Amino acid sequence: MAELRAYVALLGGQWRSLLSYRASFVVEAITNIGGSALDVVAVLVIFRATPTMAGFTLPEAILMVSLSSCAFNLADFVVGNIERLKTYVRTGMMDSVLVRPLRALPQLVVMDLPLRKALRLLLAVGVLMVALRVNAIDWTPARVALAVVVPLAGGLFFGSIFVLSACLAFWWVDSGEVGNAFTYGGRDFTAYPVPVYAGWFRRIFAYGLGFGFVSYQPALALLGHADPLGLPGWTGFASPLVALVAVGVAAAVWRSGIRYYRSTGS
Amino acid sequence: MLTGVLTPSAGTVSVCGLAPVPQRTRLALRIGVVFGQRSQLWWDLPLRESFGLLRHIYRVPAAEHAARLRRCVGLLELDGFLDTPVRQLSLGQRMRGELTAALLHGPEVLFLDEPTIGLDVVSKQAVRSFLAELGATGAVTLVLTTHDLADIERLCRRLVVIDHGRVVHDGSIEALHSRYGSRRRLVADLDSPLPSGFTVEGATLVALEADGHRASFDLLTDAAGPVVARLAALSSLRDLSLVEPDIEDVVARLYAS
Repeated sequence: MAELRAYVALLGGQWRSLLSYRASFVVEAITNIGGSALDVVAVLVIFRATPTMAGFTLPEAILMVSLSSCAFNLADFVVGNIERLKTYVRTGMMDSVLVRPLRALPQLVVMDLPLRKALRLLLAVGVLMVALRVNAIDWTPARVALAVVVPLAGGLFFGSIFVLSACLAFWWVDSGEVGNAFTYGGRDFTAYPVPVYAGWFRRIFAYGLGFGFVSYQPALALLGHADPLGLPGWTGFASPLVALVAVGVAAAVWRSGIRYYRSTGS
Repeated sequence: MLTGVLTPSAGTVSVCGLAPVPQRTRLALRIGVVFGQRSQLWWDLPLRESFGLLRHIYRVPAAEHAARLRRCVGLLELDGFLDTPVRQLSLGQRMRGELTAALLHGPEVLFLDEPTIGLDVVSKQAVRSFLAELGATGAVTLVLTTHDLADIERLCRRLVVIDHGRVVHDGSIEALHSRYGSRRRLVADLDSPLPSGFTVEGATLVALEADGHRASFDLLTDAAGPVVARLAALSSLRDLSLVEPDIEDVVARLYAS
């Protein structure tokens, strides 16, 4: 409880820090919306050229991209800034965080929460609402629950990917943009139905790494649409499990990263 | 390693009876840390607000916090810049803020990593005398890592010299001097040149300059008096100075060996 209050205080500090740069905060918050709308626009553009994509109609594809966008923006808002871990390591902020009586990851997350990205998340949720309306979904209690849980599970999944790719910085301080292949690459992968990909690339990303369970499989389950790739319908409901596995892996890697942490001298 | 930031590659560490890495958050409540080159403060917030946030992080009762803050503000003269955002502070002001930040939860051990690095002379003095006073109260154990040997001479009773990960000295400064044969040096300016072949008990001649008018001796004992008397008997003394051994020389010799 006392610990929670400490995090709330930290969040307050972050908010007051932001207020010292009011104008740039407003500008950033607004320009940030553009980034979120872009993946939906990309899908709309593709459908100008073709009536269906891998056998899916426009509303169905919009449902997939909006699930992906909700999940990604949720994760990006909450833990996205952890990709700055290499900066934290380099500037010594990591050391400052580690000598405090709180856990390191929540501290870093709260101290650098990108409040300017909040609008983006709201927009993504809005698009998802529209997508759920325009598709003729046969609502059952299980599907209602799924519609609520999937964006959250996807957020957890992407959050784990963010943490995992940030952990690279523990072993490799100058890890550059390698991690982005999995975070932003994962977002782009989940924006489209899995059948548009082929071969080993599809197998690794969709099933090996689990990106297929962020938006594609759950969207099929919501729509009651059979998977052209032949996976059974219940796999759509497996996305929370996949997310939990990802969280477990991320937590373990983070912990061993902290153990391995060598600081940067002084 | 002592604060739980790094995991030792071998061996064990115990601070306040706790193992730093596995019990990091518990230990953090009992120690304070000042990094000369890293900050505990919020860049965009005034010092006062940073201190307020730390109060929540360390869960310090408001009254205790206020009392400690008052004391630090008084001793370190923070009054003038408590409401200035940290990014606008000078290094010396910031370091005084860092010291306060590390003490507000009443730690048993205060670790200081290069606390005077890059400071101007006045701030350096202020920080040193604050730490000396703090150490003298006996309420806090100070652990200092520094390359500034003046810090050591002013503040440390026990000195551990580490060279490439090995302890090469552990003891007082005096012990270090006697072990590595540092001597006080007597420099005498004489009216008439020192005769060649001159020797004196209790000192060895190490240098003769200015055509024999300036002679330097290393004192072998604590007593400089007899040596001075011998010299005075020989020639009238124009000037005399006694140079204390320089710890930097000792440490340099230690690392070279």
